Amino acid sequence: MADSFSINERMSGRRKFLVAVTSVAGGVAGAAIATPFLLSMMPSERAKAAGAPVEVDISKLEPGMLLMVEWRGKVVWVLKRTPEMLASLTKIEGELADPASEKKQQPEYAKNATRSIKSEILVVEGVCTHLGCSPVFRKDIAPADLGPDWQGGFFCPCHGSKFDLAGRVYKSVPAPTNMVVPPHTYLTDSQLLIGSESEGAA
Amino acid sequence: MSIYNSMIAWIDKRFPLTSNWKAHLSEYYAPKNFNFWYYFGSLALLVLVNQIITGIFLTMNYKPDASLAFSSVEYIMRDVEYGWLIRYMHSTGASMFFIVVYLHMFRGMMYGSYRKPRELLWLVGMGIFFILMSLAFTGYILPWGQMSYWGAQVIVSMFGAIPVIGETLQQWLLGDFTLSDAALNRFFAYHVVTLPGLLIVLVFVHILALHETGSNNPDGIEIKANKNPKTGIPVDGIPFHPYYSVKDIVGVVVFLIVFCGIIFFAPEMGGYFLEYNNFVPANTLQTPDHIAPVWYFTPYYSMLRAVTVNFLGIDAKLWGVILMAGSVVIFCFLPWLDRSPVKSIRYKGPYFKTALTLFVISFFVLGWLGTKSPTPMYTLLAQIFTVVYFAFFILMPWYSKIDKVKPEPKRLVKE
Repeated sequence: MADSFSINERMSGRRKFLVAVTSVAGGVAGAAIATPFLLSMMPSERAKAAGAPVEVDISKLEPGMLLMVEWRGKVVWVLKRTPEMLASLTKIEGELADPASEKKQQPEYAKNATRSIKSEILVVEGVCTHLGCSPVFRKDIAPADLGPDWQGGFFCPCHGSKFDLAGRVYKSVPAPTNMVVPPHTYLTDSQLLIGSESEGAA
Repeated sequence: MSIYNSMIAWIDKRFPLTSNWKAHLSEYYAPKNFNFWYYFGSLALLVLVNQIITGIFLTMNYKPDASLAFSSVEYIMRDVEYGWLIRYMHSTGASMFFIVVYLHMFRGMMYGSYRKPRELLWLVGMGIFFILMSLAFTGYILPWGQMSYWGAQVIVSMFGAIPVIGETLQQWLLGDFTLSDAALNRFFAYHVVTLPGLLIVLVFVHILALHETGSNNPDGIEIKANKNPKTGIPVDGIPFHPYYSVKDIVGVVVFLIVFCGIIFFAPEMGGYFLEYNNFVPANTLQTPDHIAPVWYFTPYYSMLRAVTVNFLGIDAKLWGVILMAGSVVIFCFLPWLDRSPVKSIRYKGPYFKTALTLFVISFFVLGWLGTKSPTPMYTLLAQIFTVVYFAFFILMPWYSKIDKVKPEPKRLVKE
C-alpha cells in the first residue's frame, strides 16, 4: 500500500487548500512571535529617557581653543574662533561641497556664513558625517600632510574627510554632508545650553 | 567475538556508527594527488576547535559591561592563572583562522574547486566566511578598547548609509542612539552564542556537501569518472583515513609550531594581530589619530574609503559601502563567472594566470593601504587597485572563455 501513496495523486483540491491555509496561518504565527524579539532590540525606555541637555560655561574659553562636551554619548565641540579663523571661512568656499549650508544639517538659526549664533563661537557635533569617527582639530596652516591650501579645520583620521572651521565638508572626500550643529542656545553671555533651544528644558 | 566487536555491533544496531565511519573516513575516497594547498581545510577545523575551547574559558572571566569589560580583559591577562595563554591562543587563533581560510579559498580559485558540481559547496563556504567575518568583528569589540569602540562605530555607521531605513536599522542594531553598553552586551551574545552556533552548523553542511561531490584536486578532473568496474572505487582515489588523516597530522604539527611561535614570541604581531590603540580604554569623545582595522579586513576597508566622488546619483559614502560589501559578496558568483573549459590553473591559459596574479597583487596592495592613513597618493592607489580587484571578477566570463587552455589529462598526473 505504501508504494501507491503518492503525494501528487492524493493532493486533491481540498487538501491543497488546507495545506495552503495551514502554511499561511503558521507563517502569520511565526511573524507574530518574531515581533517581540525584534522589538526588544530597539533602544529601551531608559535609553530614550537619557540625553538631557547639558550646560556649559564658556567664560574661560580662549580664542582658538576647542572644548569637548559630552551630550547623548556624542562629543560636541565648542570652538572659539579667532578673527583670522573667521576670515579663512570665506577664502576656501570654492573648495566646499555645501558652502551655504543648504542641506539641513543645522537649525535655522545656524544657517548662516559662520554656522553659529555668535559668529566667533562654533557649536558642532564632533562626529564625521561619513562613518561616525571624531575628526581631529587641525588648526595649523598649510601642514605637509594636508597641503598648502589648508586654512585650519577638522581632519577625519579614519577615512580622510576634511571639514573647515565651520564644520563644512570639502569636495571630493568620503563624507557627504556638513557636520551637524546641535540645537543650542545661550542662557547668558558665557552660559551655553546644548541639546535644547529653550531655557525651560534645562 | 571480542567484547569490543560486540559493543560496536550493539551500537550499530541503534546508531549508524560504522557506516558513517566508513562513508566519511575509512572508505571516503579522495584524489591521490593532494598537495600542500590541501592542508588548510583541516587546519581551519583545528582553529575552529581552538576558538571554541579557548572562548569558553574566556567567558568565565570576561564581563560584557562597558564599564567593566576593559579591566576584565586586563584581569584575565594579569591575574587569572594562564589567562594570558588562553587569551593569546584565542586572539592569535582569530588571525590564523583568516590566514588558513584565505589560503583555503585561494586553493579553490586556483584549481577551480568552485566549478560544477561544487557550486553549493562553494556557497556554503562563503556563508562560513561571512559568519567568520561577523565573529571577528563582534569579538574585536569585546575588550572595549579604543579600536574596539571606533572600529564598531565605523562598521555600524555603514548601516546608516542605507537609504530610508538606515537610521532605524542602526538604532535597532545598537539598541541605543549611540554605540554604548547595550551594543556591547548584545555583540557579546552574538559572539558567544548565535554566530558560533551558525558556524558549526554550516561547517557540518560544508563537509556533507564535500562528501557528496567528492574532493576536487590540483588537476581539476573528476576521479569519479574513472572507477574500477569491479569494486566501484575511483582508480585515482585513496581512502581519507589513514592516508590523508596522517598527512594532515603533519600539517597540524607544522601549523602548531608557527602558532606557538606567535603566541609565545609575538602575540601582538607588531600591532597587526592586536593593535596598540586597543590597549587604551574606549574614549567616546576622541578617535585615535590613526585607526585601521585588523589586517584581515584592510583590503575591504581600503575600498570603503577609495570612493571620494558622487556618481550615478549615489553619493560617495554609499558607494564606499556598496563596494566594500560587493568586494566580499562577489566571490559567491565565481562558479558562474568562470567560463573556462578546464578547471585547474594547470591547464588554464595566460589570461587567467595573469588575471589571478593581478588579483592577488591588488588584494595585498589594498591590504597594505588599509593599514595606512589616507593621503591623496594612497587614495589614488586604492582607486586603481579597487578597479583591478573588481575587473578580475567582472571580466572573467570574457577572458576565461577566449583563453588558450591546455587539454586536461584523463587520469591524475604524476608530478
